[in-house]
Amino acid sequence: MDYRGLVRGPRRLLAVMLAGCLLLVATACSPSGPDTPARTLTVGATLEPPAMDPFHNTAASIPQVLLYNVYETLLKVDSEGKLRPLLAQNWEVSTDRKTYTFHLNPAAKFASGAPVDAAAVKANIDRMRTDPKLTETLRAQLEVVEAVEAPDAAHVVMKLNRPSLMWLYEMSSTLGMIVDPTFTGDLADATAGSGPYQLETHNRGQSVVLSRNADYWGTPGRFDQVTFRYYGDPNAMNASMLAGDLDVISNLQAPDALPQFSDTSRFTTITGTTNGEVVLGLNNATEALSKREVRLALTMAINRKALRDTVWNGQGTLIGSMVVPTDPWWEDLSNLTPYDPAKAKELLAEAGYPDGLTLRLRVPVIPYAVKSAQFVASQLRDIGVTATIEELEFTRWIPEVLTNGDYDMTIVGHVEGWDIAKFANPNYYWHYDSAEFQRLFALADEATEADAPPLMKQAARYLATDAAAIWLFALPNLVITKKNITGVAQNATSLSFDLTTIASA
Amino acid sequence: MGRYLRRLGIFAVTLLGASILIFAVTAALPGDIAQVLLGTDATPERVEALRREYGLDRPLPLRYLEWLGGVLTGNFGISHLSRQPVLALIGPSLAVTAWLVGLGILGALLIALPAGMVAALKRRHWQGFAVNALAQLGMAIPVFFGGMLIVLVFSGWLGWLPPNGYVPLRTDPVQWARHLVLPVATLAVVQGAVLIRYVRSAFVEVLSEDYYRTARAIGWTPAAALLRHGVRNAAVSLVTVIGLQLSAVLVGAIVVEYVFGLPGLGWLLLNAVGQRDLFVIQGTVMFLVLAVLVINALVDFSYLLIDPRQRAQGEIG
Repeated sequence: MDYRGLVRGPRRLLAVMLAGCLLLVATACSPSGPDTPARTLTVGATLEPPAMDPFHNTAASIPQVLLYNVYETLLKVDSEGKLRPLLAQNWEVSTDRKTYTFHLNPAAKFASGAPVDAAAVKANIDRMRTDPKLTETLRAQLEVVEAVEAPDAAHVVMKLNRPSLMWLYEMSSTLGMIVDPTFTGDLADATAGSGPYQLETHNRGQSVVLSRNADYWGTPGRFDQVTFRYYGDPNAMNASMLAGDLDVISNLQAPDALPQFSDTSRFTTITGTTNGEVVLGLNNATEALSKREVRLALTMAINRKALRDTVWNGQGTLIGSMVVPTDPWWEDLSNLTPYDPAKAKELLAEAGYPDGLTLRLRVPVIPYAVKSAQFVASQLRDIGVTATIEELEFTRWIPEVLTNGDYDMTIVGHVEGWDIAKFANPNYYWHYDSAEFQRLFALADEATEADAPPLMKQAARYLATDAAAIWLFALPNLVITKKNITGVAQNATSLSFDLTTIASA
Repeated sequence: MGRYLRRLGIFAVTLLGASILIFAVTAALPGDIAQVLLGTDATPERVEALRREYGLDRPLPLRYLEWLGGVLTGNFGISHLSRQPVLALIGPSLAVTAWLVGLGILGALLIALPAGMVAALKRRHWQGFAVNALAQLGMAIPVFFGGMLIVLVFSGWLGWLPPNGYVPLRTDPVQWARHLVLPVATLAVVQGAVLIRYVRSAFVEVLSEDYYRTARAIGWTPAAALLRHGVRNAAVSLVTVIGLQLSAVLVGAIVVEYVFGLPGLGWLLLNAVGQRDLFVIQGTVMFLVLAVLVINALVDFSYLLIDPRQRAQGEIG
């Protein structure tokens, strides 16, 4: 073999490298390719769906894209938090509130052209019931359904084993998504819904692209293509918005970045509310925290307004119980147990802890949880309570804290709607087992939509006075849009990022 | 011949050892995929049932052998999370990381070779000190910070290039290049700064060699003498350093991928670890180990090409 050519190798290589580099710079500076189609929308978000199947993964990022946009439900939650018709034009409930009759919209059809009829709705419920991999959340929500009947194509009758307003509400979310029963593929990477958009591609690590369902039965989608772009790093998302690559930031993850978008000639900032409560969870099964005085003392020891101002830049609502402003039974309970460290100390002494106590504060590594934990620990020190902070990776936090209850205090956001229901489950990680609350909650749950609010208010008030947990604040809905984008809902009342009302000028 | 067989043996044993280690570590991670999929309401019974469904309840050695058998036949398993074959996930990510690391090292050399040469030739002049100072500064800047700085200037202020994202080469070559310029530049600057020191000392060594003095004596200018005779002599130690630096470059690439939102192997791995997607973790790490081993082998082989003296030895041995 002749090696002589190699002697000059490095120089030749250098020349090739230089040429390559010049090419790179030249192409980089040339104008971008052909004009993109006119009607597109690009939405920035932080959590990417692991797959597109909402029935086998509880990731909230899946309904964020699919709910109402791709899969429709019999009824939907509007931006005021009220239940509205969607696939069902209206519904009736029997006097014992155990039988619901839904009148389906005869125009409704799937993207495949098949009608959304009673048989299709029944097929969906039946499919979920026999699915061994169905998420536990959905399985539990489905338990109340005793039978589904399809007397004719336009009517679905659902029989419940007990009255449940909560169930009706869940039917407006993932539980109620109606999938085309004629679809035989894998829902992990394809969709079969009746909504104005359908899945085009999922570019892993980058984006999910929806395209318009050309044969949509209702008001057609206003965009030919909608792209959800995902960012592991919220700062990168902000940079993209500033660079003009995004039309919308679905929810600003770092409220201290708000001033970057203060240029009102370019951006619109929308400030609303979400269903997310940041809860300082107390393990009611531990000796100290089973005492109401101790739980109240901890509540009084924490200045929740100062915490919210420090941790979330003054954005978000102070709540005081498991309710948010868009709940039909919302009332501001944040001042029910005001900040009062002196009184807190007295209560602790009464409860048998005059010298204070030590509690483990085990939090998942999520920015607001870690920041809140530090603030909470410093405030509790003032009343003689030592909180030892342990940060756990989320996948470790779930089995240890959530499933096994190995904690005293923890902090996490609960993002689902109407989740006051969780306090009625004594097996949930707070281990809050109050017969009185369960009674009040059941009364409200069994009531009609119209009668429920005052009853649920009582239940929420009871939770607050009993200090079942400590409610730090409700996460705000901070949406940034380009100036020409209109119709983005002010409040995030469901898990959906609802595209159906959005338009661009 | 025997030398190569022995190398191959070591290669295989290393891979096998790595596979056992990878499997043991992923198995020992607390939390699991069944829990992630079923959600926060899942009861221990449901989690156990799904673990059984996925075969995660069987003894570890059995699961290991099954996985190993799959890997040997090119079947890396299926991601429980996305229900995609692991290889189908690794493929596109590998392309992203390969471009990033390849072009990044190229860029680092383009920075380090001239700068290091200047630093060596002018080591008693201000130019030399300046290069040294800049190299120190470059090394002191963490990758993520450098990346954010570059985004701020070239995307935020000047608006020349997109701040993040990726477009595959085949989809749109122009957009591909535009999206890669900033991340590649970030990696190149940081790695280049590290390399400058090695280039400098390699060339300083050349300066005291007899052949360099001879070249100077017969009238070559310092730069010409260095380029003609120095580069090749310095290359042996530089290739070694680059080979050793490779793992550092891969780590740097993970950070760069995060800052610039590139869906490379780093992104794939971080995501899979966060969600306990076992087969994806195992497959990706196996791939990285394989890549490092192959490149080390290539580095060894390149000595033969660069240095005729080693060739002679190789032929005798």
